[in-house]
Amino acid sequence: MKTNTPSRLEKVLAAGQMAVTSECGPPRGSDPDAITKKAELIKDHVDAINITDNQTSVTRMCSLAACIRIKLMGLDPVLQMVTRDRNRIALQSDILGAASYDIANILCLSGDHQSFGDCAQGQNVHDLDSMQLVQTARHMRDEGKFLGGDDIKRPPQMFVGAAANPFADPFEIRVPRLAKKIKAGAEFIQTQCIYNLDKFEEWMKLTRDRGLHEQVYILAGMTPMKSAGMAKYMKNRVPGMDVPDELVKRLSDTPKEKQAEEGIKICIEDIQRLKEVEGVSGFHVMAIEWEEMVPEIVEAAGLYPRPTV
Amino acid sequence: MIVADKKPIEEIIEDIKDHQKILVLGCNECVTVCEAGGKKEVGILASALRMYFLNQGKEKKIDERTLERQCDHEYLEEIRNDIDQYDAVVSIACGVGVQFTAEKYLAMPVYPGVNTCFMGATEERGLWTERCQGCGQCILSRTGGICPVSRCAKRVMNGPCGGSTKGMCEINKELLCAWQLIVERLKALDRFAEYEELSPIKDWSTDRAGGPRKVVREDVQS
Repeated sequence: MKTNTPSRLEKVLAAGQMAVTSECGPPRGSDPDAITKKAELIKDHVDAINITDNQTSVTRMCSLAACIRIKLMGLDPVLQMVTRDRNRIALQSDILGAASYDIANILCLSGDHQSFGDCAQGQNVHDLDSMQLVQTARHMRDEGKFLGGDDIKRPPQMFVGAAANPFADPFEIRVPRLAKKIKAGAEFIQTQCIYNLDKFEEWMKLTRDRGLHEQVYILAGMTPMKSAGMAKYMKNRVPGMDVPDELVKRLSDTPKEKQAEEGIKICIEDIQRLKEVEGVSGFHVMAIEWEEMVPEIVEAAGLYPRPTV
Repeated sequence: MIVADKKPIEEIIEDIKDHQKILVLGCNECVTVCEAGGKKEVGILASALRMYFLNQGKEKKIDERTLERQCDHEYLEEIRNDIDQYDAVVSIACGVGVQFTAEKYLAMPVYPGVNTCFMGATEERGLWTERCQGCGQCILSRTGGICPVSRCAKRVMNGPCGGSTKGMCEINKELLCAWQLIVERLKALDRFAEYEELSPIKDWSTDRAGGPRKVVREDVQS
C-alpha cells in the first residue's frame, strides 16, 4: 500500500507488517531524562512511541516537548493531542510546531475530563472535538491550508490517528462511531485497553462486516495488569473500561508476589490470540509506568524483531 | 428559565454588614419558579437578616420588595421614588436583574443574594437541571432535540466520548450521557442513520467566545 507521510509507523503498516507501538507518559517535572530513559527501554521493540498529553488531566511536561526529545533520539513519536486544553489556534499551532521537527504521527483525543486531575477547578476548551481534530490535521496536510482558509507554507506531514473504545456504551454505536472517525479522516486507530477479548472480537467482526478494517489500521490496545488490585481498580474506577470477572479472579487467585508475572503472561496470551483476528493490524502496548516490561511482552508475543522499513 | 440557587447567608451578611438601611429586592419571574428569589424568599431572607443583626445587637432597617421583573426598565422604575431611603440593595433576582438594577441606580450599592446557575427546567420540585447555554446557533434539529453543548461535559459535537458507562457520564454516575440520549432519541425518531453524519466544526463566535452579545430586532423596535 502507498504511504502518505514519512511516518515509520505508517510504513510498517503499509508493508503489511504487524505494527507495535507503546507509550511514555511525560514526567511531572522538567527533567528531560525522565522521557528519554523510558524511550531507551522500549525503542528497539516498537515502531513508534505515543507521548500522552496530560493524561487523566494531571498537569505534566507537554506532549510536544517530550515528542521532540524522542524525535531527536531518531525515533518515531506519536503526538497525542487532546481537545480539552487548546482551542483551534493552539491546536493548529502545535501541529505546525511538531511538523517543524518532522514529527510524523498524531493521535487525536478529547481527553479525560479535568475533574479527574489536579486542576479540577479549571476551564476546559473543547473548541473542536476529537473527530474535528482528525479533520483538521488531515485538512492541514492534504489541502495545505489552515482552518481559516489560508495556505500553509510547508504543510505538516502527519499520519493521523484516533482512539476507539470498543467497550463504551452504547455498544450498538461503537462501530458506527468508528465509521464516523474514518469518515473524518482517521488513518489508524489505537483502541482502549482490551481485557474482554470476546467483546473485542465481536466488535472486530462488526467492523469487518462493514469493511472498515480495510479503510483503517486498527492497533489493539494492551495493558498488562500489575496486580489484582489494579484489575479491580480498572474494573470499578476507570471510565469506559471492561474488565471481566474471570480476569480479576485469575489474578486474585495468584499469590501476590506472582501477580505481576501472571499479568504479563495474560497480556502475552491475549496478544497471541488477537494476532489471529482478521483486521487487527498491530498492537499498542501501554505498560503504564512499567515500560521495562515492553521488550519481554513484545518478544514473547512473537513480535520481535521489529521490521526495518 | 434562568435557574439560581441561594447564596450562603454569611456571604450576604459580609457584603451588607456596614450598611444600615437595606432593601431586599425579589423578582417574580424565573427565580420565583426556582424558589430562589421570589416574594417568599425575599421574606425569608429579610427575616433571617433582621434576626442575625438583632442578635448582634445591631438594629438595621431591612425592607422587602418584589418586582414583576428586574430585567425590564419599566418595572425597575417602580422603585425610583423609594430607593433613596436605602443605602444598599440585596437583589435576589438572577445576575441580569442585579446588574440592571445597579446600572439604573448608579450610586446605590447592589449586592447579589443568589448564585445564578444556568438555563434549565424543573424536573421535579426542588430539582432543576441545565438545558441550554445560549450558544447562539441552535443545533437541536440535528441532535434529536437533546443539546450536546449544555448537556455533555465536554461539549462533544460527535459523541459520545469514550468515557460513558451504562448511559452515564464519566464525570458523575448520576449524570446522563447526553450522547446516549441523542442516540436513543434518533432511534425513536427512526433517524439513527444520521448518527454517522459528521457534525461540522462549530462557529463559537455566537457563543461566549464572541464577546458580550446582543439581539437587535428592527422589526419590533419602535
